[in-house]
This record gives sequence, C-alpha cells and structure tokens, in this order.
Amino acid sequence: MDILSLFIIIPLLTITGIILVKDIRNVKKVAAIGMGIQLILAAVLIFLYVAERKGGNISEMLFIKDIVWFKSLNIHYAVGVDGISVAMIALTSIVVFAGIFASWEVELLTKEFFISLILLATGVFGFFISIDLFTLFLFYELAVIPMYLLIGIWGSGPKEYSAMKLTLMLMGASALLLVGILGIYMHSAPSGNQLTFNILEIKQYVIPITAQRTFFPFTFVGFGVLGALFPFHTWSPDGHSSAPTAVSMLHAGVLMKLGGYGAFRVAIYLMPEAAKELSWIFLILTSISVVYGAFGAIAQKDLKYINAYSSVSHCGLVLFAILMMNKTAMNGAVIQMISHGLMTALFFALIGMIYGRTHTRLINEMGGLMKVIPFLSVCYVIAGLASLGLPGLSGFVAEMTIFVGAFQHPDLFHRVVTIVAITSIVITAVYILRVIAILLLGPVTNPKYENFRDARWYEKTSVIALILPVAAIGMAPFWLSSTISSSMQPIIDKIMAINLF
Amino acid sequence: MINFSYSIWLLLIPLMMFFILGLAGHKLGPRLSGLLGTSGLAIITMLSFIIAYSYFFGTPKNGEGFKAIIAYNITWLQLIDNLHIDIGVLLDPISVMMLIVVSTVSFMVHIYSLGYMKGERGYERFFAFLSLFTFSMLGLVVAPNIFQMYIFWELVGISSYLLIGFYYQKPSAVAASKKAFIVTRFADLGFLIGILILSFYTKTFDFITLTDPSGPAIAKTGGATFMGLSVITWSMIFVYMGGVGKSAMFPFHIWLPDAMEGPTPVSALIHAATMVVAGVYLVARLFPVYVMASPQALHIIAYVGAFSSLFAAVIACTQTDIKRVLAYSTMSQIGYMMLALGVSGYGGHNGLGFMASMFHLFTHAMFKALLFLGAGAIIHAVHSNFMTDMGGLRKYLPITHITFLIACLSIAGVPLFAGFFSKDEILAAAFEHNKFLFAVEYAVAGLTAFYMFRLYFSIFWGKETQYHHTPHEAPLTMTIPLIILALGAALTGFIPFNKLVTSDGLPFESHLDWGVAVPSVIIGLLGITVAWAMYSKSSNLPDRVASAFRLGYKWAYNKFYMDELYLFITKKIIFRYISEPVAWFDRHIVDGTMNAIATVTQVTSFRIRKFQSGQIQQYAFVYISGVIFLVILLVYIWR
Amino acid sequence: MNTGIPIQYFLILATIMFFTGIYGFLTRRNLITILMSTELILNSVNINFMAFNRYLFPHKLDGMFFSLFIIAVAAAEAAVAISIIINIYRRFTTINVEDVDEMKY
Repeated sequence: MDILSLFIIIPLLTITGIILVKDIRNVKKVAAIGMGIQLILAAVLIFLYVAERKGGNISEMLFIKDIVWFKSLNIHYAVGVDGISVAMIALTSIVVFAGIFASWEVELLTKEFFISLILLATGVFGFFISIDLFTLFLFYELAVIPMYLLIGIWGSGPKEYSAMKLTLMLMGASALLLVGILGIYMHSAPSGNQLTFNILEIKQYVIPITAQRTFFPFTFVGFGVLGALFPFHTWSPDGHSSAPTAVSMLHAGVLMKLGGYGAFRVAIYLMPEAAKELSWIFLILTSISVVYGAFGAIAQKDLKYINAYSSVSHCGLVLFAILMMNKTAMNGAVIQMISHGLMTALFFALIGMIYGRTHTRLINEMGGLMKVIPFLSVCYVIAGLASLGLPGLSGFVAEMTIFVGAFQHPDLFHRVVTIVAITSIVITAVYILRVIAILLLGPVTNPKYENFRDARWYEKTSVIALILPVAAIGMAPFWLSSTISSSMQPIIDKIMAINLF
Repeated sequence: MINFSYSIWLLLIPLMMFFILGLAGHKLGPRLSGLLGTSGLAIITMLSFIIAYSYFFGTPKNGEGFKAIIAYNITWLQLIDNLHIDIGVLLDPISVMMLIVVSTVSFMVHIYSLGYMKGERGYERFFAFLSLFTFSMLGLVVAPNIFQMYIFWELVGISSYLLIGFYYQKPSAVAASKKAFIVTRFADLGFLIGILILSFYTKTFDFITLTDPSGPAIAKTGGATFMGLSVITWSMIFVYMGGVGKSAMFPFHIWLPDAMEGPTPVSALIHAATMVVAGVYLVARLFPVYVMASPQALHIIAYVGAFSSLFAAVIACTQTDIKRVLAYSTMSQIGYMMLALGVSGYGGHNGLGFMASMFHLFTHAMFKALLFLGAGAIIHAVHSNFMTDMGGLRKYLPITHITFLIACLSIAGVPLFAGFFSKDEILAAAFEHNKFLFAVEYAVAGLTAFYMFRLYFSIFWGKETQYHHTPHEAPLTMTIPLIILALGAALTGFIPFNKLVTSDGLPFESHLDWGVAVPSVIIGLLGITVAWAMYSKSSNLPDRVASAFRLGYKWAYNKFYMDELYLFITKKIIFRYISEPVAWFDRHIVDGTMNAIATVTQVTSFRIRKFQSGQIQQYAFVYISGVIFLVILLVYIWR
Repeated sequence: MNTGIPIQYFLILATIMFFTGIYGFLTRRNLITILMSTELILNSVNINFMAFNRYLFPHKLDGMFFSLFIIAVAAAEAAVAISIIINIYRRFTTINVEDVDEMKY
C-alpha cells in the first residue's frame, strides 16, 4: 500500500464507517477521527517527502504508483507528488479537518451531510495526487457533484438556485476542460506512438504549437472558472452565500484552488508556448478580477458576499501570478493558494459561527460583537489582517512574493498590470476594515447579544487549526517557500526551454 | 570591532512580550501584565543605551567616521536568486539615535501608562499592543534593507490602528483608527511601488548597497527615464509617498488629528515621538540616493515639508481640543524636519540640513512626548479635552505645569532649551539653500510660539473654571516620566550632533549662527507675547481677533475642509461611483449574462417540449412522415 | 397457375388497405377505430406476404406461416389493446384518443 492511495482510501473508509454507524450522534465523531487520521497522514507525508528530498532524490514526482485501468485508451491510475502537491494536500487536510468541526451542529440528515462532505474531500485529495490527466479529471468531477447536494439540501437562502448555478457553471467549465484534456491527449505523442494521459510523459514531448493555440484557452478557462476568473466568477458569491459553513470553507478554501493548481500543472506546464502567446488576454482578465473583486466587496452588505468577492480578488491574484510564468511569481501563486485557502476557510468558519448566534449575515444589522464574543471577534480580526496582507501572517508573504516576482518581468506590459494588481491591497484594507468596524467594534447594538456564548470547544478547535498555519507561514515562510520553489524548477525549466525571454 | 549581534534581542524581547501579554494577559491580571511589559522595556532601554555608547564611543574611528554595521542578518524569504527579504539589525548613527529615541520614549510611556490606564478595561491588551508597537518600531529603525523596513512599516501601521481604536466601543475611535490605517495604507501603496521599481533597476533591497555612491542606485542613474525624470527619481518619489503618509505630511495628514481619539500615552508614543517621524527616518535612511540620484525628489520633499509646516501651524492656532493642537503642532514640526532634509546636501557642512533634521527629530521626540504626557495628566485631572473647559490649573497641577512650560519653551525655540538649538540648525540650513523656504519657516516659528503659548496660557492661566471636583496632581507613575522628559527637553540641545549624526558619518564643525538665531528668537518671543496678551487673562480679545479675520479663521478652524474633501472622495466617488456601480455591474451585467444564458436555454427547452404533446396520433404522423421521407430519400435521391 | 390474377392486383389492394389503415390511424379519435385501423394495416401486410409467397416462391410456405404468426400476434395484440382501452375508459371515462394525453413533458 503506497502512502498516496491512502489519501483516497481513508476518506472512503470513513464514509463506510459513517454508513455503518447506528447512532446518529456518533457520525461526526467518526468523521472527525477519519479526518484527524488524514491530517496526521498529511504530516507523515510531509515528513517522508522532506526526508526523501534530503536523501537526494531529485526526480520530479515522488511516491509514484501507476496502475492501468483502461487499457485501450491508455488510462492509468497514476499518482505522484511534488512539493506543490504536498503543500496542497496539507492545506486540504487542515481545511477538511476544520470543516468537520465547524459543522458540528448540523442537525438535518447528519449522516448524509458528512458522507457528501467527505466524498467531496476524496475528490479533492484525488485531484492533487493524480498525475494522469484522465484520473485527475475524474476526481475533479467527483469533487464537484457532491457540492450540488450539499448546497441544495443543507444550504440557506435561495439554495436551489445557487446550487444549480454553481453546478451548471462548473459543469460548463468541465466540458471545456474535457475538450482541452482530450486535445492534449490527442497530441500527446508523435504520430504513430501510443498516446498518453500521463503528465510526466506528455511534458517530454512538445505539443505542436497549433494544437496548443487551440487547446490552451479551453484548458485555462476550464480551470479558470473554478478559480473565479472574471467574467466567469458569478457562481462564487451566490454559491458561497447559500452553502453551509463547512461547504463554503471547503469550496473557497480548497476547491477554488483546484483551478489554480490545474491551470499551471496542466495548462501552463504542458502548453507553455501558447500560454506565452495568449497570456496577455488572461493577464488583463485576471488583473480585472483582482481589482474588480475588491471593489465589488466594498459595496456588499452580506458577510458571505463580501468574502466571496474577496475570494474572487485573491484567487484572481493566483491566476495572475501563474500567468507571469516566472519562478518567483508562480512560487507566490502557490503560497497564495495555501494562504488564501486557510484564511478564507477561517473567514467562512467564523461567519458561520457568528451567523449561528445572530441569525443574520447582514453587517448593518449587527454591531459591537467584540464585547460579547471576544474570542471569535479576535479571530475574525486576525483573519482580516491576514487577508489585507499584514506582515507576520501568510497573506503578506504570498502577496509580496507575487508582486516582487511579477514586477521583475522584463516586459513593460507585465509590470504595468502588476501595478494595477497591487492597488488591490489598499482596496482590500478598505473593505476588511469596514467590516471589522461595523461588525465587531462600536457599541453593542442589540441587547440580546449580551448573553451570547463565546466559542465552544469544537469551534475553537476548528478556528485554531486554521490560525496556526496562517501565523506559521507568515512568520517563517522560508521552509514553505523553498520547498515549493525547488518543486517549481522542472516547470520553470520546461518554460525556459522554449526560450521565452 | 565590537560584536553587536546581541542587538537582535531588541526585537525578540518586545515580540515575546507581545505574545505573552496577548495570549496569557487575562490570566496574568492587569498588575503583573503592566509590570512585565514595563520591565521588558526597561531591558530594551538599557540595551539601547549600551549599544549607543559602544557604537559612538566604543568603536575606534581612525578618522573614517561612523560606519554602518550589520549586526545581525538572516534570510527570511528568498524571492529571486539575488533578491531576498532579510531580517536583521543595521547599526549606524541614525539608527542608533532612533533606538535611543524609541526606547526612551516608549519606556517613559510604559511607566506613565501604569498610572494613566489604571482601572481601564483591557489593561493587559493595552500593554500587549504597546509591546507590539515597540517591536515594530524597533524593527523599522534597525532595518538593514528596505523590505524589512516595509514589513515593519506595515506593522507599526497596524499597531497604530489597534491602539487608536483601543476604546473600540467608541464610534469616533473606531472611525479614526480605520481612517488612519487606510490613509497610510494608501501611501504605503506608493512605498511598495517605489520599492518594486527600485529593486527592478538595482536588483537589491539592501540599504548599504543602495546608498553606496558607486552602487547601482546612484551610479546607474543614466538608465531609463519617464516624463523627464529618471526611474530612480520616480521610485524615490513613490517611496517618499509612503513617508508622506506615515509622517502625516500634506495631503495625507488628515488621519493624524483624528488619531488623537486613542489613549493619550499612545498619542505621545506613536503620534508624536516615534511612528510619525518614520517618514523622516525613511528619507534620512535613503538620503544619499535622494541627494545624488534624485535631486528633484528632494525638492519635492522640501516644499511639501515647508507647506505642511505652515499649513498645520495655521490650523493649530484655531483648534480648541488640546490634543488636536498638539497633533497639528507635530505635523508642523515634522514639516520642519522634512524641509531640513530637503535643503540638505551631502557630506561635511553641506549636510547641515541632514544633521539638523535628525537633531530636531531627537529633541522634538523629547518635548513633544512631554507635551502629550502633560496633556494626558491635564485630561486625567479635568476629564475634558477642550481648553475652553480649563483655566487656572497651575495651582492644582504644579509638576505638570512646570514640565509643560519647559516643553513649550523648548518648542518655541527659547534659547538654551533643546528646541532652540535644533530649530536654529534647520533655519541655518534653509538660509544657506533656499531663502524663500527660510522666510516661510520664520513665519512658522512665530506661529509655533503663538499657538503653544495660547495653549499654555489658556490651560494654566486665564479665567478659573468651576470644576466638578478639585483637579489633583497625577500619581507618581505619571509625574516621573514627565520630569525625566522635561530634563530631556531642556538639556538634549547640548548633545553635539554635528560630531555624531551626520550625512556621511564624518564629524564637521558647526556653530550657532547668531544672524539666524537672534531674529528667530525675537519672532518666537513676539508670538509668546501676543499669546500672553490674548490668553493670560480672560478677555474677549481672542473673539475679536477671530471675527476680524472671520473667513480665514473659519477655514483654518475647519482645517481648510480637507476632511470634507476626503470624505467626498471616499464616500461619494469611491463608494458611490466606483464600488456600487461595480457591484451593480456584477449583479446585473456579468451575472445577468450568465442568467440570460440560462434563461435562453430554458425558454428554448420550453418551446421544444411542446413537441411532446401526448397526442399519440401526432407522434404517429411524424413517424410515418419520417418513414416516407426516408423512403423517398433512399429510393429516388440516394439510390 | 401463374396465369390467374396478376400480382399487381393483390399489391394494389394491399396498398389501399395499408394506407386506409394509416389514414384511419391518424385521423380517427376513437381508440377502437384506431385498433381496427391497426388490424387493417396488419392484414394488408398479410396479403402482401401471401401474394409474394405464392408468386415468387411457390414451393415454399414461409410467407404463409408468417401470415399465420401475424394473425396470432394480432389476436394477442388486440386482446392487450382492448384491455388497455378498457382501462383507459375506466380511468378517463372516454376512449377519445385526444383526451388521453397525460404522457407528455
């Protein structure tokens, strides 16, 4: 049994466990134990990975396992990880772990809820470990489908509408993606040779430029929709605001990262020439995303909408950095994915907890929460500060790596769009501080708030599990940065090989 | 060479204090937390003085002047092969001088706060934030590279935000903290862009490399230009923008008066003595680059400084909230420092302005912190911020009265007090380089003396107000810092800055320029006399003067409507004309398009579904027609 | 043997029957009549089978047997159809085909 497959097997075992459990009250305990094991496993994986690298193993992907499961089309179950996937797996297990605790109070159809949630997590884990495009796509779909049920059944507000919108837009994206992936497959080897879905094999061969031009937009937009690329981001505000807490966390925290991860692991890595030619279009779109999402967030009144637009802005920055196609910026993109994943999950968890007490998400109806629920409020402030890029928290590291990297681009156009993107840091400060001021500070507006209970133990577990890595990355970014950076090297080599600059 | 690597403890101790007080403060209880925070600062202050002594007097000079020493350096984040963010400690004359300023004032404020904040809710939190601020400010001061400076620059911004908004249940404090952070953040955007441009052309963040006269920033100025100015100049202008924001220069000064909503010790520490001079420090830090590679930027600095000092002095004459008067006075004095840097040259006597600026920074920290702490003691006694509620307090608050008077004399530039020496050096530097700015500064000197003594006379003299309960002198924890700072405000003028803190590290000769000093003293005394005539006894003279210059008074009283202008820009333009349209556009155009696609699909399908009518004969008809059609197709056409 | 009635006659008859059946199937509203039209169609096919069998392969009986099968199946089918019609009548109290249009959308 290789360690990577365990990441799929353990969630599946957890699901089986949940099905078998008789007492409904034990369901969440089983889920928590399962995901706790997953978290430990992620730590073990990091340890093994670092040990292996220390041992001098310099192959691009480690722990590779390859089983053919559909011979005639040469589809494999192929898994392997590099530093980037390891980091993303760690992120996912933290967020899922926190998500389980954040949904401790789910009453309706508890069993089914946790089954869907963990099924979603399975899809995400599978996505990050796959190096076979088809299997990757399969896991991607596996992650998207439970989302529909989770929002449609356990959501709030116009949940059917939002669930439908989200699923349809993501399905539309996966249609584009499928075209892109099949296009890559069709051109994955010189004519006459066996075609392949394996990323490591495809990258040995340069896909003809004409094919790249056709299929790069499909692939990039396909992944970009998931990463909230303007103008395909509108599923995000509605979806997030209707989704239950844990789903928002998982979705904004992890699922949106599938977009960024896929965009560079598949679109940029395999088709760098087309990426270089077409990057200017997408750079304009992503820098619009960054600024526009931030401006959009200022005018919102619903906490989840604010955070959803903020996610549009931050995830736009991920895609933006990826398109810069240099090591530092892409490095920053990965850190930003992790950082944003953690802090947005934190945000949504806290919003859920606040909503559970006040039963409203409209900021104008609340006020003065700092006095009545200090723990949650302080955590909210920390999340806000991380989001606006305060040094010492992860957001700063990510943003600065991206900005410095992007600004070193020799082309003037790239530097100009970088400056456009940088302006978002001010706008972010505006909307974050606006929310903090209205929501948390000032006098207590509603006398009923006085007898609120501050965070319960499971809420604290959830929140602290997210804050710790945010602070750790912010204070000592060197480890993460160098791990990612060394894994970025093959991708950079592939890009440099075409002599871009 | 002395090993200074222990200086990293300057950063570690307050950081540890922050975590201890922040995480475990409520367990420790207020008393212990306060003492812990203060004793941490005591250690830091001691360390700073040891460092200063061994740096200035312990190292052999060999006629080469003071060299910059990298006492500690680790790579914090590797960005590009040759570009990395380090965290370290750089010791050179200005950073060592700033260490003294920051640690001394911070220590005094800590002691003072023990008494001032007694019984407040969130006492532990207050000391935790003070530790955070001290950590950030020291990190900013000792930064060996511009990026570390930016990091700590942001951190002081957030500490300032947290401390201004300390009374978080007071809406005005919340609004003020938000305003302070956002305005400075906007300025920091310029700083960041400046750093990026600078690093793009020089490939370094390092101060020593940047300020090296043969280094990439200065020697390579012949490179790209934009709108007639070299890129280095542009980057330095952008960097200066950060300084404008942090140091509350026009037009980013609007946050400073509002920041007075914070507790008074905070105003003394952050918004008078240390953080607001960060902009001056930044310019001083990069001074060789400014002076050698971007003289145009230096001109901007001089004019912005001069304008701000005049602008703020005029407003200060009309305000009635004592903390706001002091805030505008701070802005005015920082304008002085900026001006001094702006008119300075490099090396030897040309660098007089640089030296004067640093000198003034030092003395100003002493007397302005003293003024604020004194104001705190007064507010503590009277429970009001407004000088209209005060009068005749000299009887009740003798220690505060004397120390306040010393500070006022010092800031007004009365001979032998610290402010006199430093201000005189600035005026001399201005006189040598730019007669126009020199004239402006003379006017400001008079105004300064006037508004400070207006404050002094209306608080301690004037008509005696009826107080609810008799004001009493502050406790010992508050008066001791006042006395120590008063000594500083009186005596620090005798420190030979021209031997210690100079633009190139070499000492130079400078003498008191009596031709400049005598008129400035006369102008100062004139201001004091006018203030005495108007405010020492209760009379209607001030009102008569105000109504004589009605329009001007009204404008100055309303701070030339800068707040309203900003409010217009932020509320009206950004919120109403950008954000809301963006939100609308997103909901109705972008999302509308998506919904329209869905609607079109749905409408089409509703149309199509009519084909399935349930009428079996229709189906049969279609089927048979199809068969016939196919038969015809197959038999006659396809054959 | 082959000198009797030419095959065309049979075929024309079958065609007329077939299209009469089709016409009836498409235009009649009464389900019973529609069933009768279906029978007409089936019988027209039977005629064709037998005619072709007789004229083209006189020594084989496949066509005849096929017709017999069709008759048997048609009988079964009629039984099923009538039971369906009865059920429809019970449900809708009508056997007008236009009123039986629940199976849509």
